[in-house]
Amino acid sequence: MSSSPALVRHEEAAVVTATEPPASAPVATPAGIGVLAGRWYRLNGDRIRAMLICIASLVVFLLVWHLLTKYRVVFFVRFTNVPSPLAVYDSFARAIHDPKFLLHIALSCRRILLGFSLAALVGVPLGLVMGRFKLVHEVIFPVSEVLRPIPAIAWVPMAIMLWPTNEQSIVFITFLGSFFPILVNTLHGMTLVDPVLVRAARCLGARETSIFREVYFPASLPHIFTGLTIGMGVAWVSLIAAEMISGQYGIGYFTWEAYSLVQYPDIALGMIAIGVLGLASSLLIRAVGRLAMPWGRA
Amino acid sequence: MSVVETRPVRGHIEVKNFALSYETIDGSVAAVTNTDIHVNPGEFVSIVGPSGCGKSTFLNAVAGFLKPTEGTITVDGEPVKGPSAERGMVFQQYSLFPWKTVRENVEFGLKMRGMARSQRERAARTLLGLAGLEAFEKHYPERLSGGMKQRVGIVRALATGPKVLLLDEPFGALDAQTRVIMQQILTNMWQRLKISVLFVTHDIDEAIFLSDRVYCMTARPGSIKAEIPIPLERPRQQSMMMSSEFLALRRGLMSLIREESLKAMGGEISDLGMQGLNIELHGQSLADVI
Repeated sequence: MSSSPALVRHEEAAVVTATEPPASAPVATPAGIGVLAGRWYRLNGDRIRAMLICIASLVVFLLVWHLLTKYRVVFFVRFTNVPSPLAVYDSFARAIHDPKFLLHIALSCRRILLGFSLAALVGVPLGLVMGRFKLVHEVIFPVSEVLRPIPAIAWVPMAIMLWPTNEQSIVFITFLGSFFPILVNTLHGMTLVDPVLVRAARCLGARETSIFREVYFPASLPHIFTGLTIGMGVAWVSLIAAEMISGQYGIGYFTWEAYSLVQYPDIALGMIAIGVLGLASSLLIRAVGRLAMPWGRA
Repeated sequence: MSVVETRPVRGHIEVKNFALSYETIDGSVAAVTNTDIHVNPGEFVSIVGPSGCGKSTFLNAVAGFLKPTEGTITVDGEPVKGPSAERGMVFQQYSLFPWKTVRENVEFGLKMRGMARSQRERAARTLLGLAGLEAFEKHYPERLSGGMKQRVGIVRALATGPKVLLLDEPFGALDAQTRVIMQQILTNMWQRLKISVLFVTHDIDEAIFLSDRVYCMTARPGSIKAEIPIPLERPRQQSMMMSSEFLALRRGLMSLIREESLKAMGGEISDLGMQGLNIELHGQSLADVI
């Protein structure tokens, strides 16, 4: 370190200034409330702006809906019988105290929970095992590829034949809808596992089961959660279709029944309920994903 | 520097008559042939060679990932049968587990060995302290710089107390400044731990600066072209890289490697291609040519 005198002098200078309080450092003096507010706005401005636009766009949507139905616009599409937002709100206010409506929702949620959980419980382990063992992959993959393109709704007649009760066949349809996205994405995640990480684990003394648990599984988790999110979406699609066709209860049946009974506001109410439930369940999966993968947060 | 030195007794790598070839549709293609090397206990040995010469393949065989087609690899007399925690490895691509914190990464080998949680936590902390990484124990690798990631990688490989440490171009992905610092850290850690090291690199300066001995490999199929002892004193300092001794070693190795690199690039630079380098442009700029 003593090769150059210039360097030494520079270092000494640095030491001297370091011991003195630096004059230009940002000192935490209590700033005025206006200054703080300005600073807060500069940091969060973008978010506030996005939020305001979001609210405005929803308000405009409701307004257009209201106007279209109020004046019963007929322009290619017919708004003659479409319920107005206020009518839908009225029917919502009534439905929320109606045990039958709540039962529809509860039953749909139960079917989703059963069908989707079964799909995850079968799809994820199967995908992991298929990704790890070639023979399992070679045996199962062809069957899965043949069945995968068949939409879950196309299974409805077959499901009614297969299962003794309607309830079981609807859960089965929901299961089928979410099963393939979960399986395929898990498998995809397994193929993308970095082989260097597997080698690193081997070098550190990991055996097969540990490598599976400590490397393959966590490495595939992001794709597993992608599969679960997509699977949840398809589960709702399949459930609603199955309920409309063969149900006696459920939010899909409620929506269809509303049409048959000329309860037009209830059609929109059913649709909105389905949308809200679908959104809530995908948010739930995302939240679980964030908890399960704390390393993903930057 | 006359500290009482305990000579290490373990970590003796012996590779004899090594050859490795791949089967292809056109028959077998040799990646490495006729290679004999050894690393004495506590010695720092490097293998340098042009890219694609098979030095990484060779190191992977020593690690136990590839089986030699011919020859034997032994560590302390025991033949290498597969990867094991006895031979710690550091990869160029960092290879930290992204889902584990820095400390969990370091603990991994101990966990595999079945060590109790509290015990391995303490061991990991001590090792991280050695590398100046204690403050980052709870960070996920994503948040670390390349140099820090590789320090964690080295500490993780050391945590199981391996007989030898194998490093496959560990600083290859780092920028030049970080690389120099990492070399200093590695030589410092090696000095304190006295572990046998087999280090693969294409960087001649790095090999000379770190090693007791350097093997120079030929172009593919790789074999040992020369073995050069590095008599520079320890501990090594960056300033030594300007010494005439260092520069002489560098010149020697450089010419050995250059020959092989040209051979390795033989397919790319044909005689005709070389002629292109001599075409006189008579002061024309690029715009005139196109």
